[in-house]
Amino acid sequence: MFYREAGDFKTSYREDSQTFPIKFDRLRYYVVLAIAFGVVPLLINDYWANAVAVPFLIYAIAAIGLNILVGYAGQVSLGTGGFMAVGAYAVYKLMTAFPEVSIFIHVLLAGGITAAVGVLFGLPSLRIKGFYLAVATLAAQFFLVWLFNKVPWFYNYSASGQINAPERTVFGVFVTGAQTSAMAKYMFCLVMLTIVALVARNLTRGTVGRKWMAIRDMDIAAEIIGVNPLTTKLSAFAVSSFFIGIAGALFFAVYLGAAEVGEAFGIQKSFLILFMVIIGGLGSIFGSFAGAAFLVLLPVFLKNVLVGTLGWPTDLAAHIELMIVGGLIVTFLIAEPHGLAQLWRVAKEKLRLWPFPH
Amino acid sequence: MKKTFTALVAAAMTLTTAPAFAELVVPNLSYRTGPYAANGIPYADGFNDYFTLLNERDGGIGGEMVRVPECETAYNTEKGVECYESTKGDGALAYNPLSTGITYQLIPKVTADGHVLYTPGYGRTSAANGKVFEWVFNYPANYWDGASIIEQYLMGKAGGSLEGKKIALVYHNSAYGKEPIRTLQELAKRDGFELELLPVDHPGQEQKSQWLQVRRSKPDFVIMYGWGVMNQVAIQEAVNIRFPMENFVGIWWSGSENDVRSAGDKADGYTTVSFHGTGMDFPVYGDIQKYVIDAGKAAGAGDEVGTMLYSRGMYAAMIISEAIRKAQEIHGHSAVTPAEVRDGFEQLDLTEARLNELGLPNFAQPIQATCADHGGPGSGLMYKWNAADGKWDAASDWISADSSVIDPLIAEDSAAFAKENNIAERCN
Repeated sequence: MFYREAGDFKTSYREDSQTFPIKFDRLRYYVVLAIAFGVVPLLINDYWANAVAVPFLIYAIAAIGLNILVGYAGQVSLGTGGFMAVGAYAVYKLMTAFPEVSIFIHVLLAGGITAAVGVLFGLPSLRIKGFYLAVATLAAQFFLVWLFNKVPWFYNYSASGQINAPERTVFGVFVTGAQTSAMAKYMFCLVMLTIVALVARNLTRGTVGRKWMAIRDMDIAAEIIGVNPLTTKLSAFAVSSFFIGIAGALFFAVYLGAAEVGEAFGIQKSFLILFMVIIGGLGSIFGSFAGAAFLVLLPVFLKNVLVGTLGWPTDLAAHIELMIVGGLIVTFLIAEPHGLAQLWRVAKEKLRLWPFPH
Repeated sequence: MKKTFTALVAAAMTLTTAPAFAELVVPNLSYRTGPYAANGIPYADGFNDYFTLLNERDGGIGGEMVRVPECETAYNTEKGVECYESTKGDGALAYNPLSTGITYQLIPKVTADGHVLYTPGYGRTSAANGKVFEWVFNYPANYWDGASIIEQYLMGKAGGSLEGKKIALVYHNSAYGKEPIRTLQELAKRDGFELELLPVDHPGQEQKSQWLQVRRSKPDFVIMYGWGVMNQVAIQEAVNIRFPMENFVGIWWSGSENDVRSAGDKADGYTTVSFHGTGMDFPVYGDIQKYVIDAGKAAGAGDEVGTMLYSRGMYAAMIISEAIRKAQEIHGHSAVTPAEVRDGFEQLDLTEARLNELGLPNFAQPIQATCADHGGPGSGLMYKWNAADGKWDAASDWISADSSVIDPLIAEDSAAFAKENNIAERCN
């Protein structure tokens, strides 16, 4: 009944190859966008923005970034935390060095710097793959965290090694610092996420994405049919790191406001984002959203139910929460190894035939 | 920010279904899970138990019951944000997150939202300068005071001079652990000792290489700025390399029973500094036993009463309650607002007579806060671990930090903060 092609005629190639070829799907997409841009900002308050919406949006950007590398190009990376740290420290240095430039530009520049660093650490991928590449990127993670701890220039020689986001505005509205309203934070991250998702979606549908997938599926065959592994792998690292750098910059500047590299961008962050990608679904933009939502919203939801509604002691609730999230991850992956995105695809198939499955 | 206040209250109510009576709310951002739980639990218990005592014995503060909603942060800054946002709508009077990372994050937020941030012995040291940090208080002592007190104690041990000695600093590689470095470098320059820095990464379970370095370079003294599981591991490693325990001194966050017990008898003589007393010898424990423990209202498992960090949690709760009391006195009504509590903090006058009344004679140094002075007396006592009896024995009288070294550093750091954030100095 839903998601049906029947009666949805395409009269041009352009229409035929659009992102959402099914009319119902397209409509749903516009409704989601309209709610995200038109309704949520009016309702959002500090709690919803800082505890739920902003972390979700930022993690979604990071997950899209990592998904391009792991899901589309098949290059395993455990360096996400380190690359986010590059984005965060880059935006900090830019914000403090050029206070008059818009933060929007700084965030994009921070992404660019991260892309350069990502390409550098992506070079080993030309020779090694699989687990060995994972180890090489793990080295990047540890090296970058060590670097930002060790060299005081990165944190402007502050006594504690903490970086603090100064107040910056976009069109006269605060988006970093304590005076930022919930709406401004949310909108800034949402605009970034929308841009990133659109770019990622269209890249992965085009030549670049097809090359990535060719390399992922079989690199030798891809090389034989004329895909250059050097440019393909490095472009995957660059694009992925660019998005992850943006996520890191937003994570520090908009969300936390103050950060310390070991705590905020440690190895656990790399794993968290990798889990988002795996749970959400490798090689799917929607999966990045679903994975980020699952791992950001579920703990907050459980905490509010267990502590707020049921009145359990906080330590018991925290432990149970870990067990429930862990259990659900295992259950989901057993039920659907291809992640939440695949569940969604199956659901769509079922909805198409519903209510007459035969 | 303030326009969303009512929306927030509504959201907090739907989210937490908390009862909204007229009462005093003091959130406890605690951590009872994760690698720092061994230290977070006793502190949170002491904090909660003291407010339970006030509620049960006195009917709250000035007739207003105190509610202490607890929120688990796991020493994690992201969860800290969530906890702050979820509790601030209740009209939270003061925050005590027991984490330097979370403190750094909350300083701009509490300043914009108008809540007191009370960080005794931790947080941003330069918050001692009330001229710049209007909403942050860190009396009675801070990290730099701690470093100076330890240095003076070691100087006494070394016979009055540290000239030519070597001191190693084993520290948690975070904002917290890095805080004393500047001070110790200044002191090293002045007193002619050599400082060796040995960072330990979060969470600190792996310290073999650092202690190998200690064994190789043979420092005369080791100072530790550690927290959580790192403390236990460091003390065990020091035992393993047979480093003389009496030359191993921890800051107040590296000196709880849970840190030394795991090393057994070998930890005997390990020394720590504290800005308050410890042990069960204070009259207040009679009341805690009667109104809290016997009544079955103790927080947590109830097995931490009287320990070092329990005493510290109790100390923080005592100061917050005294500040609320002061605020009630100044403003003449009992249902005080966060802004009024800030006045209470700023005009707090904790005398020895008042400590006696509270059942805590000689528990702490008197505090006389002013508009400019949010840092307090900056003094501490040394405690030595007595493994045979399983308790901390006082090893010195009150030692005051050398303010001639620390005050210029505080002025410098707070001026940098004021410049970064365009804050005009107050109290002039």
